[in-house]
Amino acid sequence: MTTAVATPLASLRDVQFSYARHGREPLDVLRGVDLELQAGELVALLGANGSGKTTLLRLLSGALHAGAGAVMVAGRPVGEWPRLALAQRVAVLPQHMELPEGFRVAELVAMGRAPHARRLFGSTAEDELAVERALRDANAVDLADRYPHELSGGERQRVLVAMALAQEPQLLLLDEPTLHLDLAHQVSLLQRLRRLHAQRGLTVLAVLHDVNLAAAFAPRVVLLDGGRVAADGAPDDVLTPEALAQVFGVRMEAVTTESGARSLILSLD
Amino acid sequence: MRTAVAAGEARPLRMGGSVTRSLVVLGGGAVLLMALVIAAVGVGSADVSVGDTAAILAHRLLGLPLPQTWPATAETIIFDIRLPRVLTAMLVGGGLAMAGTVFQALLRNPLADPYVIGTAAGASFGAALGIAAPLVLPALAIGAGSSLLGLGVVQLLAFGGGLGTVLVVYAVARSAGRVQVITLLLTGYAVSSVLAAMVALLMFMSGRALGAIFGWLMGSLANASWPALAFATPLLLASFVLLLARWRRINLLLLGDAQAASLGTDVEREKLVLTLLATLATSAAVAVSGTIGFVGLVVPHLLRLLIGPDHRLLLPASLLAGAGLLVLADLGARLVPGGGIPVGVVTALIGAPFFLWLLRRSRLARVELSA
Repeated sequence: MTTAVATPLASLRDVQFSYARHGREPLDVLRGVDLELQAGELVALLGANGSGKTTLLRLLSGALHAGAGAVMVAGRPVGEWPRLALAQRVAVLPQHMELPEGFRVAELVAMGRAPHARRLFGSTAEDELAVERALRDANAVDLADRYPHELSGGERQRVLVAMALAQEPQLLLLDEPTLHLDLAHQVSLLQRLRRLHAQRGLTVLAVLHDVNLAAAFAPRVVLLDGGRVAADGAPDDVLTPEALAQVFGVRMEAVTTESGARSLILSLD
Repeated sequence: MRTAVAAGEARPLRMGGSVTRSLVVLGGGAVLLMALVIAAVGVGSADVSVGDTAAILAHRLLGLPLPQTWPATAETIIFDIRLPRVLTAMLVGGGLAMAGTVFQALLRNPLADPYVIGTAAGASFGAALGIAAPLVLPALAIGAGSSLLGLGVVQLLAFGGGLGTVLVVYAVARSAGRVQVITLLLTGYAVSSVLAAMVALLMFMSGRALGAIFGWLMGSLANASWPALAFATPLLLASFVLLLARWRRINLLLLGDAQAASLGTDVEREKLVLTLLATLATSAAVAVSGTIGFVGLVVPHLLRLLIGPDHRLLLPASLLAGAGLLVLADLGARLVPGGGIPVGVVTALIGAPFFLWLLRRSRLARVELSA
């Protein structure tokens, strides 16, 4: 969709990945994925369970190394980045994360500053500003003095977002950030991310499950199927009933709202 | 203990624990520890007056040119027996508590202590071998009396046994360049079991040495000496400094391997380095005192309840608290009529019930907090 000639912030070229399995054939997860993310893009990643969405994020964050193909971040293969330098550019909001008990939220968010730490014991004024800004941007200022066991599911997610923002990344990878959230919290989290994307030029790649939420959230949607990119483009072009039926194996119908502003995808099964 | 804060209230953001609070906690702890050490040196089964104790310490430690008004035996008791013993208690207690803090974070297991992945079993086997072998095979007795770095064969074998066992356990638990916590724990358990069986066999065959092996297993500071201190002190201090310098990475490991990695930590390398440093401290402590239990398990839990889980404060605080606790426990052990008992008995007898009380209390506290 973008015609810019600048180097993409992140890219995967013909990337293959399989998980080794003891005593069995390796499990192929990605079978030649091509994807480019330009700086400042907001992209939703969709696909059936097991289609390789989380693996793709883990390759971009350097947690996994591609079996074949090239994974680049900021013009450099991910494997060649020093860990700290990569962590200064890419932040991950994982599907599941333990929040250790006994730390206040502000202290947890300050852990997000670890890749930028310059003092052995203390924190710099820059660190403190970044933590404050991350708490504000994630709407978590009122949670700063709470402990993990005092957080609801939605509040927890805001804290995780704040931790990732404190990292001040160029690329933010979110693995199902709306999991366990009710509808209101899903919408407000995604709106907040959109605002951050707009205000700070943050590049966001988010794995989402809800087709309609994804369509409302992201100007670009990538659909993964069987370890390949099945479709990539504007939501209306990608999230068609036909494509979704093929990927998820569920009959779908597109319905246009009365105002005509938005089309919704409904399951018929 | 924790007060609720009104939502959205404007207030300065508190990031880490405040520096002032940390300094108060550590400074207060250090002063208390010093007082405890001086008191422990002054108290014992033989009567040495407070004035004589102070004068001897001032003369020998600070080099004050005081006229010698005290009996020579008093000087021997204070300077050659009590002071090295109290300092050893301090060092061993601090080292075990610090290592326990690291292992509990590293293994993310509240039951972890410094011995959990094989240090104790390995050191015990080394020590038992050193004690029993010359009796079983008299030919070995020739080397038994010799010493290296001022340490006896038993102490050196204990040190090497602890360190070596952990290296073996780590290597066995490693697969495809990764060490999983649960595999490490189970491997440590299995290897420990084999070594414990061998210690039992040695005890069974050792006859006369049975009492000596048993005493070593219970842990005792009765053999404390200046040369042993000179061996253990640099090892313990070095591992403390290097562990403290890694406080941030230890905190990050609490978030889980994946998140620690995405925050820039080389998780596998960090696990190895932390295991080695904590094991070095543990092995040095065990070599000079035997396997003293409960200090390394209880102190970290106690401190987490009191001052929170941030390792920047937790590591130095566990060093101080472990030191103080073992000095106190050893004082109790020394004062038992009839020549005293092994300090390991005291820490287990008092430590275990205290730990139970703590568990109940913290569970209740958690319910209160989340209600």
